[in-house]
Amino acid sequence: MTSAPASASARTVLSSGLTAPKPIFDWFFALAGLSVLAVVVRAIYFTPIEALQGAAQKIYYIHVPSALGAYIAVGITALMSIVYLWLHDERADRLAEASAEVALVFITVVLTTGPIWAHKIWGAWWVWWDMRLTFTLFLWFIVAAYLVLRDGIEDAAMRGRYGAVLAILGALLIPFIHLSVYLFSARLHPMPVVLKPDKPSLPPEMLTTFLLAFVAFTLLCFALIRARYRIAVQRDLVTAFEGDGGSR
Amino acid sequence: MMGAAWLVARKDLAIEFRTRTAFFSALVFAVLALCIFYFAWDESIIAPAQRAPGVLWVVLAFSALLGLQRSFSIEEHDRGIDALLVSPISREAIYLGKAIGNLLFLCAIQLITIPALALFYNLPIGRPLMVVTAIVLLAMIGIVAVGTLFSAMAVNTRLAELLLPMLSLPFFVPILMNAAQATTRVLADRPLAESWPWLKILIAFDLVFVVACTLAFPFTLEE
Repeated sequence: MTSAPASASARTVLSSGLTAPKPIFDWFFALAGLSVLAVVVRAIYFTPIEALQGAAQKIYYIHVPSALGAYIAVGITALMSIVYLWLHDERADRLAEASAEVALVFITVVLTTGPIWAHKIWGAWWVWWDMRLTFTLFLWFIVAAYLVLRDGIEDAAMRGRYGAVLAILGALLIPFIHLSVYLFSARLHPMPVVLKPDKPSLPPEMLTTFLLAFVAFTLLCFALIRARYRIAVQRDLVTAFEGDGGSR
Repeated sequence: MMGAAWLVARKDLAIEFRTRTAFFSALVFAVLALCIFYFAWDESIIAPAQRAPGVLWVVLAFSALLGLQRSFSIEEHDRGIDALLVSPISREAIYLGKAIGNLLFLCAIQLITIPALALFYNLPIGRPLMVVTAIVLLAMIGIVAVGTLFSAMAVNTRLAELLLPMLSLPFFVPILMNAAQATTRVLADRPLAESWPWLKILIAFDLVFVVACTLAFPFTLEE
């Protein structure tokens, strides 16, 4: 590769929102990781054991905040897909891609911790007619399909368009899955105990752990998305330079 | 636009009618699956008539996938899709034409599969079976709307046929759930009003996804 076309392409690349991230220590990620660790320690050693459910209840401090992280990430993917189809901004597409991958991780955590709790409390690993359970499972399938679809396409513009179309259709599908399972629903899922009209019914120590867990997992969610976004930027930079210096 | 769409559909059906390979293989697959499912349960525990709705919808979904796969892969050969794109018809018309072609293709398969189901599972022939056929048509509209779009997307990826089930099946889930629930009630000779909540979701799904997929289709083509 000669230097002249490379620098020219570097300029065009920069104008499309690509800048090489500096290889520094990721402080944000370290902070998020430490706060998750701290919350786990607090949940295990410094939070009282729930009287009815026993130690099994402590899985909540991972399960529910992970669900929040998953919804945030899925929401960002859907939103950025609309932005991408509308403005054709590559940054939106990279953000959608990064969030989808993080969403898959968080949903996997939700789907793993949920049955562990349910086995102890409901007496069954899996309950199909529970709305949130089934719904989360299908969310996992849609996000997985989204990532596999993207993985199967070489051309960046086409990858962005296809991904965005699938993400938007997936967003349209969600109410239908919800409605369908609702008709089945036996409403076995525990009802919200924090976000409800009257005062939260958790004891103060548990509530603090819960809220800290929400903060920690939200931090982790954003830190992961940011780290994954940087990988996408670097991949696109490599592709841009290769396309410039290759056979063409 | 509908005139152009019909031309595209007729072209696809003419190709299919002259070769008949896809139709025959999808049909044999469907009837074969009906037979295999018969032996999957103990006859003395669950009566065949009670299994029929579940079997019908599983077989229907997978035979639909077989039919849909072919929809855009036949255009890849000799780059027929390019000829379609330069022709003076709108991209929405191409999508609708492809979808109508697929719908007729799949309905033709079901027209043989449903009587075969009645035959093998000893279902009463009469009004319930007519209602089931109507539910199948409702469900097929939704399946074809989503499946045609994903078929167009899948052929352009490295994974091609492998990707179509993974993309489509999550979208088939609400259709299959509601259609199977309604079918169970209809075949048990319950009043139609009892199936109405499930049918309402089916109809809403058809409306939303026919419109959404028609609008989304132009984005899946090369600019």
